Amino acid sequence: MNSIKMQNAQRSKPSLGMLLLKGRTFIALLILLIYFSFRAPNFTQWGSVVLMVKHASIYGLLALGMTMVIITGGIDLSVGAVVGFTGMIAGGLMLQGFRLPWVAGTIYPNVPMILLMVFALAVFVGFCSGQLIARLRVPAFIATLGAMYICRGAAMLRSGGATFPNLFGDAAKGNLGFDLIGSGSIPGIDVPYSIIIFIVMALVSAFIMKKTPLGNQIYAVGGNERAAALSGIKTQNVKVFVYMFSAFLAAVSGIIMTSQLRAAHPANGESWEMNAIASVVLGGTSMSGGVGSIGGTIIGILVITVLNDGMIMMGVSSFWQMVIKGVVIIVAVVIDLVQKDLQKKAALTARMK
Amino acid sequence: MQTIKASPVEEQASVMEAIGITKLYPGTVALQNVDFSVYPGKVNVLIGENGAGKSTLMKILAGIERPTEGKVLLGGHEVHFQNTREASAHGVGIIHQELNLFPEMTVADNMFAGKEMVKLGVIDRRAQAKRASEVLDRLQPGIDPNETMLNLRVGQQQIVEIAKTMLSQNLRVLIMDEPTSSLSNTEVEVLFNLIEDLKAHGIAIIYISHRLEEIIRIGDYVTILRDGQRVADAQVKDINIKWIIENMVGHANLTIEKTPYDGEHLPLMQVKDYCLPRLGGGWTVDHVSFTLHAGEVLGIYGLMGAGRTELVESLMGLHEEATGEMVLGCEQITKPTITGQIARGMVLVPEDRQRDGLVQTMSIASNLLLTSIPRFTRTGVVRNDLCKVAVDGAVKDMQIKVSDVKHLISSLSGGNQQKVVIGKCVMANARVFMMDEPSRGIDVGAKTDIFILMRRFAAQGNGVIFVGSELKEIVSVCDRVLVMSNGKLTADLSGDEITEAALVKASAANLNTGKAANTEGSMEQ
Repeated sequence: MNSIKMQNAQRSKPSLGMLLLKGRTFIALLILLIYFSFRAPNFTQWGSVVLMVKHASIYGLLALGMTMVIITGGIDLSVGAVVGFTGMIAGGLMLQGFRLPWVAGTIYPNVPMILLMVFALAVFVGFCSGQLIARLRVPAFIATLGAMYICRGAAMLRSGGATFPNLFGDAAKGNLGFDLIGSGSIPGIDVPYSIIIFIVMALVSAFIMKKTPLGNQIYAVGGNERAAALSGIKTQNVKVFVYMFSAFLAAVSGIIMTSQLRAAHPANGESWEMNAIASVVLGGTSMSGGVGSIGGTIIGILVITVLNDGMIMMGVSSFWQMVIKGVVIIVAVVIDLVQKDLQKKAALTARMK
Repeated sequence: MQTIKASPVEEQASVMEAIGITKLYPGTVALQNVDFSVYPGKVNVLIGENGAGKSTLMKILAGIERPTEGKVLLGGHEVHFQNTREASAHGVGIIHQELNLFPEMTVADNMFAGKEMVKLGVIDRRAQAKRASEVLDRLQPGIDPNETMLNLRVGQQQIVEIAKTMLSQNLRVLIMDEPTSSLSNTEVEVLFNLIEDLKAHGIAIIYISHRLEEIIRIGDYVTILRDGQRVADAQVKDINIKWIIENMVGHANLTIEKTPYDGEHLPLMQVKDYCLPRLGGGWTVDHVSFTLHAGEVLGIYGLMGAGRTELVESLMGLHEEATGEMVLGCEQITKPTITGQIARGMVLVPEDRQRDGLVQTMSIASNLLLTSIPRFTRTGVVRNDLCKVAVDGAVKDMQIKVSDVKHLISSLSGGNQQKVVIGKCVMANARVFMMDEPSRGIDVGAKTDIFILMRRFAAQGNGVIFVGSELKEIVSVCDRVLVMSNGKLTADLSGDEITEAALVKASAANLNTGKAANTEGSMEQ
């Protein structure tokens, strides 16, 4: 025992190869940016850059919440449906208001009220999924799959499958300004509000993960739930929180989407959860929980969006786009596993010295 | 069955040999340059304390793990088993300490799992059942090959596990890792008869056990491991239990200074009639009452399965079905919760530190802060400077050997990992420390450090509960010892009453009354 010391284990300097391997998603992003700026027309124009970041913001909000959920070792399949559902609720409140049967009248809430109601509803959806997962121990995949169907169905039911169009607001109803959330931008610098909202939410998420006890507990629950519980962490509350937060961010995304289109369609956000999961995984978050970061996810989002929009600008057929995206995701995860294996081996051989 | 032949005096050729085996795991050196010879037709016993490396050596011989260095010879040729299937094709079988069975499948399906008998591409269940019952009848008649596994008693399941290895026609070496730990007395006799039978067929047995009487009774050769190194080997006929114990624990005597506590020995925790029902009737913890005083290290000794772990877990609030009264400080608690107990100053250092004590994906610092991080915040924001001071303090206080607290917890050795678990509890401002087998699987130096820490906690006026199964440790560390047997407290010893003999006697006390039930099948969990 004495002749073999542990001290060498961590001393060995990381090789250049390992460094490249670790920064691979960022490098991939740079390569994509360079490639598309030569091959895709208009790729480098301010207008298309803003458009890409706008896309990234809307998908990215889902990926932020998804990162936390996946770090606890769970998954949230319901976020795409929550986007559609919350959009429909907001659109319905804008056009049809809130009927009060007992006075036979209708209240039209103003825009802040609408947002508040929609967020509360989304958080409630997340609360229910979280309770199912944390207290009744329903597998997260199943609980959120169910929530996905329920929300999508509810979105369809709200209008009978129809779209709520022309959500500009009405001075008479006192709900003007809804369309500004998605399409407005800070005067002078031409940065849309949606991008600002995403940046704020990303900062909030990173703050929670890095600077609060809750963030630490999210990592702990995902890393070893039993040990976390024995350390006095209220693991159930932590889990419920991440699903609530994820649903809240989905609602924010849903509102921005609806406001941008100035219309609410019940199929909005379909399969967005898959985009979000892909971004999170590309960003180096482990599906088995305990490992990951918001920063990584943001790079993952950018890779997915640049790939998507770049291919569209190049005129790649949408069928090929799907194939390429699939290949990229699988390759990313394979490299991730290879890197972990290499690291383990490196640590062991370092100990042999 | 067969009579034991007198073992030959001169050395005979070995059938299997391990030469210079070293095995590294992240954080530990499990084996270091170990040689081990296995003789045909003999029971080759391998013993050592927990964490000495016995199971690792077995795993290497059976193809489950590969050595970091060194080689394995079988019949004089070097072999590199990639998995158990290859090992078994060469005639090396293993019976694990934990049963590796599929509870929902039938006995025959379990036995043939991975090596099914196939006729025209379809599993030939009838032939499997026939072959299975041939083997089973030789071992212990009365096990139906078509019975579902989970309907068998644990002892019977063990027999099936043994039968599995005997399907191999060319069995040359059979490894048994604590095969008797879950068997009743009658089943142990069956097993011993079987071993004699196997020996007569020239099969080499590698036998691992903690039960020294067993080793003297059936062993031929004995090899002793300590802290991953081979320290002694001999023929069993030349030695006795005393020799084994001396070599197992080493001559370095464990002397821990029991610094007395100056303050008043006020009761810190009073437990009355604590019970934990056992699945399928009876009690895992059977009406246990005791008091823990400030300034004392209270040992809880007992054999495996005596209910010690379950008792401390119940007190911590891990088992909702536990009943009983508890007074902690001046507070009466009926339904403890983990978070509540920690807030009241009670902590548990769990038996299985990898599974229950540490978050492997997190750093050393984060693991230390797991419980106490809400204390190092200002307006809800974690203050890194406060954390750093606290973590550095704990590292120094616990004498944890680290190069950087930001490294992953898995970079530490077992002993230092254990100190991190204890450090986490200390940072939670605990007053009642419950430590379940804190010395398991760590090296001698770290063990001593941990015992010194325990004495220090007590001297500071805290209460320490030390759940242990190593007699020597219990005797040298504790002020008072409770002995549990079959769920009941059977002794409360203090001062000079604490002797190894008294502990052993009390740990078997409650078993006599339960003997009838024991042989009949109280082994079901």
